[in-house]
Amino acid sequence: MASEHPEPQEANGHAILAPGHTYASVTDKISAIALTSPYRRSWIVGFVIAFALTMMLLTTITAVLVEGVGLFGIRRPVMWGFDIVNFVWWIGIGHAGTLISAVLLLFKQEWRTSINRFAEAMTLFAVACAGLYPLMHMGRPWYFYWLLPYPNTMSLWPQWRSPLVWDVFAVSTYATVSLLFWYVGLIPDLATFRDRAKNRYAKWIYGILAMGWRGSAIHWHRYRTAYMLLAGIATPLVVSVHTVVSLDFAAGVVPGWHTTVFPPYFVAGAIYSGFAMVLTLAIPLRVYYGLQDFITLKHLENMAKILLVTGLIVTYGYALEAFFAWYSSNTYEQFMMKNRATGPYWHTYALLILCNCTAVQVLWFKRARTCVPLLFVLSIIINIGMWLERYVIVVTSLARDFVPAAWNLYHGSFWDYTMYYGTIGLFFALLFIFIRVLPVISIAEMRELVAETRERHGGDEHGHAHPDEDDDELDLVASSG
Amino acid sequence: MKTQPPPIYGLMAEYTSADAVVAAATTAYEAGFRRMDAYSPYPVEGLAEAIGFTRNRLPTLVLIGGLAGAITAFTVMWFSSTIHYPINVGGRPHLSWPAFIPITFELTVLGAALTTVLGMLGLNGLPMPHHPVFNVPSFKLASRNRFFLCIQSDDPKFDTVTTRQFLEGLGEPKSVSVVETSAGGEATGLGH
Repeated sequence: MASEHPEPQEANGHAILAPGHTYASVTDKISAIALTSPYRRSWIVGFVIAFALTMMLLTTITAVLVEGVGLFGIRRPVMWGFDIVNFVWWIGIGHAGTLISAVLLLFKQEWRTSINRFAEAMTLFAVACAGLYPLMHMGRPWYFYWLLPYPNTMSLWPQWRSPLVWDVFAVSTYATVSLLFWYVGLIPDLATFRDRAKNRYAKWIYGILAMGWRGSAIHWHRYRTAYMLLAGIATPLVVSVHTVVSLDFAAGVVPGWHTTVFPPYFVAGAIYSGFAMVLTLAIPLRVYYGLQDFITLKHLENMAKILLVTGLIVTYGYALEAFFAWYSSNTYEQFMMKNRATGPYWHTYALLILCNCTAVQVLWFKRARTCVPLLFVLSIIINIGMWLERYVIVVTSLARDFVPAAWNLYHGSFWDYTMYYGTIGLFFALLFIFIRVLPVISIAEMRELVAETRERHGGDEHGHAHPDEDDDELDLVASSG
Repeated sequence: MKTQPPPIYGLMAEYTSADAVVAAATTAYEAGFRRMDAYSPYPVEGLAEAIGFTRNRLPTLVLIGGLAGAITAFTVMWFSSTIHYPINVGGRPHLSWPAFIPITFELTVLGAALTTVLGMLGLNGLPMPHHPVFNVPSFKLASRNRFFLCIQSDDPKFDTVTTRQFLEGLGEPKSVSVVETSAGGEATGLGH
């Protein structure tokens, strides 16, 4: 249907919605991915690999619960190691989802519509992976509730002045609000799935989850208010979460951590890595499920621009770290910087600069921003770079702090790597399941976008309304794309 | 005053465009109908206002929820560090409130967000899987590409015959159907 109504001014692939779409066509096309399209080979292979890695994660968790955290590479003086590196990395990735769904909504950036749903799913799954690390790092995760204020026989309270306690509240609030935001966005689409699912059990499950949504005008009115309020609430929240994460470091006295630039630089870094991950996921998704009409080149280009901006902020952060190490005239700070660049971990720092600061500069050129394979490769480079950034911050700072007698080198152990790749497996396994059971793009919002696009093109309204009538009885399979 | 409620829930007209349903709702409101609702596959600007919905209490509730979160957080921290278990660390004040701000903020957000979602669902009367409108076979398209206007039988001006005629003449609806009230739980949106 897309080709039947060409609109010359937007036919160059730079629209946020390919021309010719109707309420029915966006509904059919998006719901078909989960409801009717057959399982693809690529999906099955991908899921099997991700599932196997998830099993590896479970094995690691079991081993660590049985043996203790000594299985990880953490040794004095580097007691934070991979657990905290990966925690910060995953939390950061999650931030793009909230940014897309909340901040871009408040700024009325229409292009967010087709990417917000799976970006929010990405947030949830990333936060789930992130949460595992501090839990396992505790050593005795069954006592995690000690972090919460509850009446206990020891009459003890959490240390309210510690950023680590703030982090517990920040991350758990973030996980809860992300889940609520995602679910509220899903309710109308779950109703669509309820009305369209052919399988009886699927219909029941979607029906229960949709909670009887019927699209009443009054319901929509409150729904919209709720959605905007959630966006307004989530925007400062997302900034606060990574600020608090950065304070875990900045409130300490370790050279390389004790810096006032950390909060803004961590938030920018989080957005940077998050958008890189959105690109890593969106590019294959749009190709495999034929979503080029919805996730257009315009989307990819906009995300590339955000990558460039946040990449430059992160570069500025690195520059400031080096500048203040020199300007402080503090021996330890100056040594920290010299040690990062030329010490035993120099290669991680060099790679970090190469991945995060140098590679992203190609995005100054429009040709690079619209070259899909290049964006995909770059997004992976940035993911690696942002992981290295956390590694450099956590490990190089701790390994050589004040007293040379206490220095020691750190390397991730076998179990560190199985846990890391295991969480990547969990993340992708959850995403693969999500693609098959829920709408990857918000259908209700796409209908709104169709309506707005029509309004903008004025006379097109009736021309587009008629195909709707014809495809009433269109079988789902026919549009599974 | 009716002595006995009519056995139907209302009459429902089906439209193919958002403009048509907004126009129809506006006309119906002007004609004096009050007990009605419109259904659409996406939030249509002005549709709720057209059927006479103006008062949205959700923002007030959210403010209360946020404040409740803030007060809870700050009270717990104040109570624990000044009354229940005060610790003197180098003469620093027990009520070191700047350090309490992050958690107060997080719980404000949590309180507000929970109230937003629960308040929206509660005010909308959801979850409510049973509803008479699901009895209309074509209503499943309300979640795809159709717009509906339903005048309910509890409206004082409602009359099965004249209201039907009124709806049929209201902006060329695709169809007008009777919405049955159902006993026995058919109308869940899961049937058909």
